[in-house]
Amino acid sequence: MLDGRSQVRRRAGLRLWLSAGWLGALALAALLAPWIAPKDPLAQDLFLGRLPPVWMAGSEPGYWLGTDSLGRDVLSRILHGARVALLVALVAGTITCLIGATLGLLAGFLRGWVDMVISRLIDIWMAFPPVLFSILLIAVLGPGLMSIIIAIVVIDWTRFARVVRAEAMAQGAMDYVASARVAGRGRLGTMVREVLPNVLPTIVVLLTLEMGIAVIVEAILSFVNLSISTDDPTWGGMISEGRTSIHQAWWVLVFPLVTLFLTVLSFSQLGEGLKDRFDPVLR
Amino acid sequence: MSALVIRDLSVRLKKGPPLLRRVPLDLAAGEVRGLVGESGAGKSMIGKAVLGILPPSVEITGGEILLEGTDLLRLPPKERRRRIGATCALIPQDPLTALNPSHRIGPQITDRLVDILGWTRPAADARARELLAEVQIADPDRVLRSYPHELSGGMRQRILIASAFAAEPRLIVADEPTTALDVTVQKQILRLIAGMQARHGTAILFVTHDLGVVSKVCQRLSVLYSGMVVEDSTVADFFAAPRHPYSAALLAATPKYTDPAAGLNPVPDAVIDAVRAEVAAFDRGAPHG
Repeated sequence: MLDGRSQVRRRAGLRLWLSAGWLGALALAALLAPWIAPKDPLAQDLFLGRLPPVWMAGSEPGYWLGTDSLGRDVLSRILHGARVALLVALVAGTITCLIGATLGLLAGFLRGWVDMVISRLIDIWMAFPPVLFSILLIAVLGPGLMSIIIAIVVIDWTRFARVVRAEAMAQGAMDYVASARVAGRGRLGTMVREVLPNVLPTIVVLLTLEMGIAVIVEAILSFVNLSISTDDPTWGGMISEGRTSIHQAWWVLVFPLVTLFLTVLSFSQLGEGLKDRFDPVLR
Repeated sequence: MSALVIRDLSVRLKKGPPLLRRVPLDLAAGEVRGLVGESGAGKSMIGKAVLGILPPSVEITGGEILLEGTDLLRLPPKERRRRIGATCALIPQDPLTALNPSHRIGPQITDRLVDILGWTRPAADARARELLAEVQIADPDRVLRSYPHELSGGMRQRILIASAFAAEPRLIVADEPTTALDVTVQKQILRLIAGMQARHGTAILFVTHDLGVVSKVCQRLSVLYSGMVVEDSTVADFFAAPRHPYSAALLAATPKYTDPAAGLNPVPDAVIDAVRAEVAAFDRGAPHG
């Protein structure tokens, strides 16, 4: 039977598979980068500087997406850059989600003084300008992968906390919560068993969005040279270097940029797709 | 013995006006009592106070709630929860939000029996099937495997009623259980509640603003105005001759479908003024915190 629901489901399915496919391929590429990358991402050869991609005149075989001004292979650098990007996305996204969602759930469901403390904390936190805050944090912690992850977690937990708090508050007012309380379930038990499953679709969407944001933040920080050591390839670092030679070698800038764009887009679409799939009311 | 006795129950908004004014109430075992009044009269608040689900913005300032002789308000919170869970149940107003959309129907009925009351899983499953049959659900096994959104509003209300009776409670608070349903379903649901009540002998506190509903399912009723009980009588006496002018006006205001020419008779301003004066005098004479 072909009704409205199955239409929605098919579209959601396509979105889910396209985004999951891209992220899966990227994750595989990141894992296998040392073996599948055609060249050493750090090897410089000034004689091979600014080679165009293979389909353009003047290219060298083996350098699929061309080389940068120092003669380093763009494709290999993108593949190695994916390792940093995905590592940051997964680790920072997950930790941010755990901390933010837990605090938001507690505040929204328990209300009272717990909510007071957490909400004030969120308000104060969000008054800091995030970019300055992250640069300041990294200046204190010193550049490096760990610092980026800490900076993302410290700044972005409020995003989860606010949304999850509002959602938990709305769910907490539902009659099924009252029924569970009457039946004798404790406050935390009610929160975990009754409220959390209904907030979970929202948390999943936020988590995937956050992973996209983490990729962007990492790129921005490497763009301003605050990420990991400048020798290791990162997408942001490549974009930053490509910027200086955009008129002579656009591919140095464009390919990492497109990869970054598709990755961030895939994360957000993955979230929407998962939500459509797992929300019991839409299912 | 009384299933529930309430003495001088006073509830108010934290640092705000009183919501219940020294409410008295006596509910015999197996009796159905209607709580009627206009919106904001405090009728739901009584049920919520008994079940310990008052909103956090509200506090109990005095009185006793004796559930089978034990004052709930004197029990430590854990013990109070346990006792309410073992002897009381709620039939909520809105069947659309009263079932958890994330869980299947079966576990929503049985998990509480197993986790909180210590039933075995097979016993609880059997009980759920038996209850759904009792509320005239045709295909219990399919329904137990369904999610709430797959079922109609009337079906969900039947499930909630079944679930309320699951552990053979001595007291059920029915908080406007038919308000969110359309009229034809309302009638079936009322008949169902009345039938279940008669078979199980459960005392019910029936919160409603519909006197027609009261006349069908209740034996006694309390009329509330502004958190004060203005009349407490048997349903037969009330419908024959209400004692308080306000409840008489409330009864006269009920639209009569059999006599459209009678039109609508809102409660007259003079009656409202008189009952307000009465509430004010009550506040002066009997402070309730």
